[in-house]
Amino acid sequence: MTENPANWPSDIFAVLREREISQICHVPDAGHDRLIRLCTAQNDMSVITLTTEEEGVGILAGAWLGGRRGALLMQSSGVGNTINALALPAACRIPFFTIVTMRGEWGEGNPWQLPMGQGAPGALEAMGVTLFRVERAEDVSDTVNAAAAQAFNNQCSTAVLLSQRLIGAKGFK
Amino acid sequence: MSSGTMKRREVVGTVLAPRRRNLLTVGGLGSSSWDIAATADNPQDFCLVGGMGLTVSVGLGLAGARPQNRVLVITGDGDMLMGMGSLATVAQIQPRNLAIVILDNEMFGETGGQPTHTAGVTDLAAIAKGAGIPTAVTIRDAVSLQDALPLIHDADGPAFVVAKVSAEMPPTVYPPLDGPFAKDRFRMALLDADV
Repeated sequence: MTENPANWPSDIFAVLREREISQICHVPDAGHDRLIRLCTAQNDMSVITLTTEEEGVGILAGAWLGGRRGALLMQSSGVGNTINALALPAACRIPFFTIVTMRGEWGEGNPWQLPMGQGAPGALEAMGVTLFRVERAEDVSDTVNAAAAQAFNNQCSTAVLLSQRLIGAKGFK
Repeated sequence: MSSGTMKRREVVGTVLAPRRRNLLTVGGLGSSSWDIAATADNPQDFCLVGGMGLTVSVGLGLAGARPQNRVLVITGDGDMLMGMGSLATVAQIQPRNLAIVILDNEMFGETGGQPTHTAGVTDLAAIAKGAGIPTAVTIRDAVSLQDALPLIHDADGPAFVVAKVSAEMPPTVYPPLDGPFAKDRFRMALLDADV
């Protein structure tokens, strides 16, 4: 873990390296921007920008069938786009690991973000995804590590939810 | 009714006839998976029986993880229409080892034969080209199919081949429906044998 709490994206990057997670798929979010840049700069990681988050569920399943570990980076609104796709890792017991930046909770200023932000945890759980929520920067490293270990060691689906309090609410007034 | 006249199972048989040891196939939900299962029970074929719209994405992820293999996606027009954004994503990556064959019967065959958008004015090969996949063709007869085999098996990808097939629905032949068995069998064939 880094000394500066603001460096939590670097903590996530270190866990991805440690766990040999090299296929990154994302629909970008401002909260994931630094992590995406760190991954893109790494020659032995593949970073794929998606048109919609469900593509990422398919790409990661294909990658794992070929022996490669991956992670899907998305924001909570994207969770809704993945729902039927999550049947693939669930039905086949293929590991699925995602890191979700939450909107629609702590200090949200955009009312359009509330329904999916508040619905995302329930939607994921309904599809059999185990949730690991992070509120504080000092917990990011351990939590991401535990969630990744659980997904890949047990061939199941896990999601880390990075709370809006951690990321910082956008300044709507 | 489909504008296609080729028989889907014959198309899949012809496409898979020259398969090399390094070929990995990903089959799409429904009839395409039945066609692959009817052709051969090969552990290097992974057939989706759900997750509609994901087949090309699974192939793309597999192609990236296995550059030493050729990856062939075989799916239908309905599955492709649901995952059209994945063509733009394939185009960004330009995987040299990925080929996609669409069995276009212009209908949702498994649900009663309701027409899909390709029964109207939608042209999947044109969409693939517009997405940024230059090698995208539509074939309607056996001669064109033979001409397309090098694109599917040998040429630098990505290749996108739309085969216009008839509305005929051959008998269902299931691939393994138990997902954990199907993926374990595939991974063992692939990762243990170092093909």
